[in-house]
Amino acid sequence: MTSPMIPVSSSDAASMAWIVRNLWLIPILPMVASGLIALLPQPRRKPAATLAIGALLISFLLAVTAFAHVLMNWSSGGPTREMVSFDWLTFGSATLQMGWVLDPLAAIMLVMVTFVGSLIFIYSTGYMSHDENFTRFFCFLALFAGGMLGVLIANSLLLLFMCWEIVGLTSYLLIGFWYHKPSAAAAAKKAFLTTRVGDIFFLLGMVWLFAQTGTLLFYNHGAGAIEPTALATLLGHHAAWGLSAAGAIGLLIFAGAAGKSGQLPLHVWLPDAMEGPTPVSALIHAATMVAAGVYLVARVYPLMSAGAGPGTTTASLTVVAWVGAATALFGALVAVAQFDIKRILAYSTVSQLGYMMVGLATGGVAVGIFHLITHAFFKALLFLGAGSVIHGCHEEQDIRRMGGLRAQMPITFAAYTVGMLALSGFPIFFSGFWSKDAIVGAAHHWPVSQGPFWMLLLGALLTAFYMMRQVGYVFLGSWRGHGHAHESPAVMTIPLLVLAFFAIALGVLGTPAWPWFTAFLDGHSLVFDLAGFREPGLVPMMLLASTLVFVALGVGWRLYVAQANRADTDPDVLQRVSPRVFGWLESRLYFDELYQATILRAYALLAAFAAWLDRQFWGGIVASISSGFRALGRCNRSMDSQWIDGGFDKGCEELTTAGGVLAWLQAGRAPSYLRTLTIGLLILLAVILMAASITGQVKL
Amino acid sequence: MTGTLTMLTALPAVGAIVAGFSGKRARWVAMAVSLIALVATLWVWFSVGASGQMAFVERAIWVPDLGIEYHLGVDGLGALMLVLSALVTLISVSASRSVKQQPGLYFGLVLLLESGLFGTFTALNFFHWFIYWELSLIPAFFLIRLWGGPRRGPAATQFFVYTMVGSVAMLLAFLAIFVATGGMDFIALAHFAATGELHRLIEAHLGHVELLLACGVLLGFAVKVPLMPFHTWLPDAYSEAPTAITILLTGAMSKMGVYGLLRIALPIFGKELFAMRSELLALAVLTVVAGAWAAVVQKDLKRIFAYSSINHLGYCLLALFAVLLPAAGDPARMLSVSAALDGAILQIFNHGLTAATIFWFLCMLEERSGGTLSLDTFGGLRKRVPILCGLMGIALFSSLGLPGLNGFVGEFLIFRGVFPLSWQSATVSVLGLLITAAVILTVIQRVFSGPLSTHWSAMPDLTLTERIAVAPALILMLLLGLVPQIILGVINPTVLHLIDGWRF
Repeated sequence: MTSPMIPVSSSDAASMAWIVRNLWLIPILPMVASGLIALLPQPRRKPAATLAIGALLISFLLAVTAFAHVLMNWSSGGPTREMVSFDWLTFGSATLQMGWVLDPLAAIMLVMVTFVGSLIFIYSTGYMSHDENFTRFFCFLALFAGGMLGVLIANSLLLLFMCWEIVGLTSYLLIGFWYHKPSAAAAAKKAFLTTRVGDIFFLLGMVWLFAQTGTLLFYNHGAGAIEPTALATLLGHHAAWGLSAAGAIGLLIFAGAAGKSGQLPLHVWLPDAMEGPTPVSALIHAATMVAAGVYLVARVYPLMSAGAGPGTTTASLTVVAWVGAATALFGALVAVAQFDIKRILAYSTVSQLGYMMVGLATGGVAVGIFHLITHAFFKALLFLGAGSVIHGCHEEQDIRRMGGLRAQMPITFAAYTVGMLALSGFPIFFSGFWSKDAIVGAAHHWPVSQGPFWMLLLGALLTAFYMMRQVGYVFLGSWRGHGHAHESPAVMTIPLLVLAFFAIALGVLGTPAWPWFTAFLDGHSLVFDLAGFREPGLVPMMLLASTLVFVALGVGWRLYVAQANRADTDPDVLQRVSPRVFGWLESRLYFDELYQATILRAYALLAAFAAWLDRQFWGGIVASISSGFRALGRCNRSMDSQWIDGGFDKGCEELTTAGGVLAWLQAGRAPSYLRTLTIGLLILLAVILMAASITGQVKL
Repeated sequence: MTGTLTMLTALPAVGAIVAGFSGKRARWVAMAVSLIALVATLWVWFSVGASGQMAFVERAIWVPDLGIEYHLGVDGLGALMLVLSALVTLISVSASRSVKQQPGLYFGLVLLLESGLFGTFTALNFFHWFIYWELSLIPAFFLIRLWGGPRRGPAATQFFVYTMVGSVAMLLAFLAIFVATGGMDFIALAHFAATGELHRLIEAHLGHVELLLACGVLLGFAVKVPLMPFHTWLPDAYSEAPTAITILLTGAMSKMGVYGLLRIALPIFGKELFAMRSELLALAVLTVVAGAWAAVVQKDLKRIFAYSSINHLGYCLLALFAVLLPAAGDPARMLSVSAALDGAILQIFNHGLTAATIFWFLCMLEERSGGTLSLDTFGGLRKRVPILCGLMGIALFSSLGLPGLNGFVGEFLIFRGVFPLSWQSATVSVLGLLITAAVILTVIQRVFSGPLSTHWSAMPDLTLTERIAVAPALILMLLLGLVPQIILGVINPTVLHLIDGWRF
């Protein structure tokens, strides 16, 4: 629970490694590529794809260099956190600084995002090859990559927020990529607005943090906003409801993270986001952007955990744990009863993001981020696999109209199975087992409550079950669809195989015997020691988790493979058992309907009220006042026409003959206003003259 | 150089006369004049520098017996307003392509309006400041009255009468001040107010009327900005005015109110406004939230962005009223005050630029749709006019406050400043950000997305000239979003100098 103590380098820019000084290149390159692609004329497909992929590949190489740099510093016991700051703007006597940071957390994430991103970019050239807006697709994808990488290297909450919003924008643009579909346009809007609900809390938390600490830099050689000095101030400042300022700000920032990472109750946008092209779902709505919320919590972890001692936790982390656990269970439950291949994966993502949150809250940064990394690989794999299936089945997404695809799509099947076993947490051989087990173990040791632990266990059981169900429907059994399915081209299958390799191999980084991941992120030294397995309770926990996985896979096999549906109209096995419960789950526990009936209704009513207030209420007051004045004006008119009009009209006549323009004005009621103004100015002069005589020419 | 500001103000007035007599070529005259004016104001902006002091000062005794002095000068704030006015006028002239009736008179009035704006932002004595303030109103009235939409008559009248009522209230208040002090110089009055001398003089000559006077001045500005509930003229005026004139109304004229509050109301009546702080803040929050919410149900694009303008200027009012707190000697509070004011001034400029650009795009859309801007008639335009939609999308996202574009920075600084000064109003006002986003995304959804109606299947996309014309505005949005220091570097010293003299 203690925050990692990482040695920090000196601020001397000259002594800094080239990669640290030029870390900004990593996000800028894709952004520049995006700008260039935007200027390309639409049909230029090849240059667009080349620019985007090339820029991201260079970013990948830079990220690897950065990673190697941190790794070398770490193994040599040197400083593993280095940062560069620059002034962004000044207000009052203060300067707002921004900057970037290179530390183990950023380095790992950079490598993951650029690597997975590159694979998905390459895959997209195949998947989107027939799309008329191919160029625009790569423009948005590259901008996304730039924004996401910016989030990762930001050493300033403000810079992070700015990149965060750019990422949100690209997510919006890509969900609504097929804009001619009203459902896609609606889903894009819903995604942007739901995440913005979280973001306004995030913004409040940010300005509060800024006002309290005077800086938004995370780390600044002891003067940063999440370093001990600032945290002590924040802890000493009490907000409301027994929360310290640190706790309240932590919760506000977590609200932003919850919006982005699809946590309850802001998860509703993520399943709808599947309206976007499948590579987008894989990259943005599974592997990277939705994990940005988890990353944010990890980044501000010192703030979230400020004040926690041994055996205790903080208010904000307690909220994170419960929200995460509830989301993990909810997502897994709903995923059991979906029929759209991508929606199952979307709810699975919601659920897994909940696991990561619990991991952060109960086990610390390394536990949560390890699952983030492994999940990124196997979930990207599953989504790209799903994309390959959709592509092969001629844009069919309903798993009831698939079946038996293992024969037609062997490579996709093999890769998908690896992803499915990793997600299910199949023991020993798959990365998901190790990362999920670490979270479940941490939840078990959580001092506050065992509630999240049991919820996660139940969630794990359901996860294995719904994945078995999906694979049963899609790849096993017999073909229930229309037409003829085919395997995807190599440009799509090769990325699948690469991802499948990592879905297996990454597990070695986080075994109890060789906890490289924890050691690297927390800045400890690392030794290989099988005694790690002898930690009390560890092996029984693994056995329990494995048993659950086996049971769930077995039940799934029995229900969905042994007695597979023969026709696409057959109801689901569970539907036959309990149509009512299945109906609830299929309707996603009516969250959308609930929001429709409450929040959106209130929104529409308030809008109508505001419009009424505007037109009827204020407008009515104005109307009654003005009718009063009109009555006065009528009395005045007789006087007007007697003497003022005479002179004025004469003047107008002269102008009329001169320009011929005002004659036209005469047709309207315009002169009466000119008259009003003339009178006004005359009164002004008269009063000034009078006043001057009263005061006896006092001068300033 | 002495006389610069006078010449700058005279330039569009002279241009107006030339334009008035050049018939069909009036637009080119107006274009040339407003371009020269823009260059001149930019030169003023870059010469003002980061001292925060008044520059280009011109003083001449005018009516010595009445204490009326011809006093001009600009600091960072004034110079920024000049640049904005010139920029918005240029945009308005560029957007006025389809004026067929009486182009000479039309462009003459536009330039006269620009002259009024320049005068308002440079005058430092109430006497001629007020003349310019009213002078800008008259061309605006005629532009709405003669070239506006079907309901232009009532809209123009309402606009004129409403603004006039505010002006008269302000005029009376200043006459009272004149009676009490014998002078109407803003700088001198602000100094008087800070030392307490103003208070003493008013008490001695007129009795306990300070609050009344403050309300009178406030009313004049509250109508112009507008502050709810003094805004009911605005939606009609904005939607009935020719769209190119709405550019001027929202881009420049609404800023006169915020400028007046900063230059006149707060320095002179700070103490009195401080006494009304909670009520004013409540109204500002109402302006932000109800303005955004009222936009939700509008069916006409011009009305939607009219309400959205109320919402955006509401943030400026929020900042201006939140800083009505004694701050001297409290560095933390001082910092928040300067953040709020820097943010408000940045927001003035950003909103002017963004709103003008959005209405410019609406002009282009209007030309292509045969005059209609009804939300329900469009749909799927991205398919047919992708460049129009893409570029307008940039302006829309700037209005939404997307980081990386100009709108965000001002709002961020305003919230940074307001939150510590009044966390309640900041917390409620963030709702405005959310609702504005909903409004703008709905516009995008309804106009750009969805299936393309066959009705628009022949709509032409932006021409190369149009693309080149809007490009500088969009580039400026991006530039100010990424490097806001270009403006803040000059504005911040001005703000520090301003608040240095304030005593609440």
